[in-house]
Amino acid sequence: MKRPEPLEIYQPTSVNEACQIIKQSGPGGHFLAGGTDLVIAIKEKGWVPRYVVDLKRIPSLSEILTNSDGSLVLGALTTMREIEISPLIRDRYPFLAQSAAEVGSIQIRHRATIGGNMANATPSADVAPALIALDAKAKISGENSERIVALEKFFVGPGKTVMKPDEILTALIIPPHPATLRGEYIKFSPREMMDLAYVGVAVALAMDERKKVKHVRIALGAVAPIPMRARKAEAIVLDQILSEEIAEQAGGEAAKECSPISDVRSSADYRREMVRVNTKRALLNAASEHWRPTSWVERRDRRY
Amino acid sequence: MKKKIQLTLNGKKTILEAPAHRLLLDLLRDEIGLTGTKEGCGTGDCGACTVFLNGKPVNSCLILSGELDGAELVTIEGLKIGPELHPIQKAFIQDGGAQCGYCTPGMLMMAKALLDENPNPTEEEIRFALSGNLCRCTGYAKIIQAVQDAAKEIRQAARR
Repeated sequence: MKRPEPLEIYQPTSVNEACQIIKQSGPGGHFLAGGTDLVIAIKEKGWVPRYVVDLKRIPSLSEILTNSDGSLVLGALTTMREIEISPLIRDRYPFLAQSAAEVGSIQIRHRATIGGNMANATPSADVAPALIALDAKAKISGENSERIVALEKFFVGPGKTVMKPDEILTALIIPPHPATLRGEYIKFSPREMMDLAYVGVAVALAMDERKKVKHVRIALGAVAPIPMRARKAEAIVLDQILSEEIAEQAGGEAAKECSPISDVRSSADYRREMVRVNTKRALLNAASEHWRPTSWVERRDRRY
Repeated sequence: MKKKIQLTLNGKKTILEAPAHRLLLDLLRDEIGLTGTKEGCGTGDCGACTVFLNGKPVNSCLILSGELDGAELVTIEGLKIGPELHPIQKAFIQDGGAQCGYCTPGMLMMAKALLDENPNPTEEEIRFALSGNLCRCTGYAKIIQAVQDAAKEIRQAARR
């Protein structure tokens, strides 16, 4: 396996310092978070960064915080493993913890960060649909500047985001949700573990006491150039009682809305069909009494 | 460019100079001479290069030396307790949990990570924890048996 070429490594301790380094050092640099994408790109895709700016020494970037309004702030360097095992996230948004647990291996998840994963904008990123289903926002910081963009609008295309080269994704913010919010993430993949999704479906919904759906988000991964919301499918479910028939209709609509490609993992047609099936399943799982899976085995079995 | 790195390596304070782009895996094997850690795929898929970084199992093939200043590292060479083999090592020997042996260091490290967190794992939990460690001899049944036996031994030793 190829080895990295010599490079300079900077370890700033603040976001401002990191932005200044990129500005002063010019093109050919790269921000480094967990490195599980960057080092692989260096080895496999022939990337030759002249320098990297390691963000791991910036303390404020690796915290999970709750704001007084109930919103949750996930620092960009929060690892996938931290999200997977966080008692707070497992309690409030188990399907987000579940989506993080679908990424790579435990070893990878100890390094891979939620911010790095979003900034690399892989269409099949597992946490992206779960975050979009939670209406998450991306906090983007530059030198003495800050802006907040809905995560859905953060992605522009495969590997592309709205960020400028000297901007850093510093946090993902999940706005407050009612305690009744429930959800599901289904990753459908060639292997149980250690592979990318053919299709990822995240659902977040809330029902009233008569089981009518009062809030719903359906987000899809790996079936469009960017992670996407299936808005027409959402419209079918909203204000309805989630019967098998309604879920089936929504699945069909989601399959029409997405725009998958054919690749080494599957054909576009198969992906579309699996969007239909898994959207239906995810909706019914989310609405069921036992929507909180307890073990990965149970989680696995709920996919089929 | 060389960078001064301060490490705690298998419990010993170590100061060394290494180029920032040197992979942790190569630093361990080629510069420090700890060749127990293996390179399998080089892309974080196989787990043969698993070491503990600040207490957590990671793929050493995906980490640059320049990231490491102040880190605490434990490699397969640091698994033994004094002159004694670790119960996980003993169980792998006893159960035939190694065939060609190439994945074994990574398997042992990951088994340690699992048993530190969960001293009584189910078979499914062991499979989940080891899902990032590939054995191309496909000796998984004996590896899982060895982790179960090691867990039992560790639990019994704790009661003694």
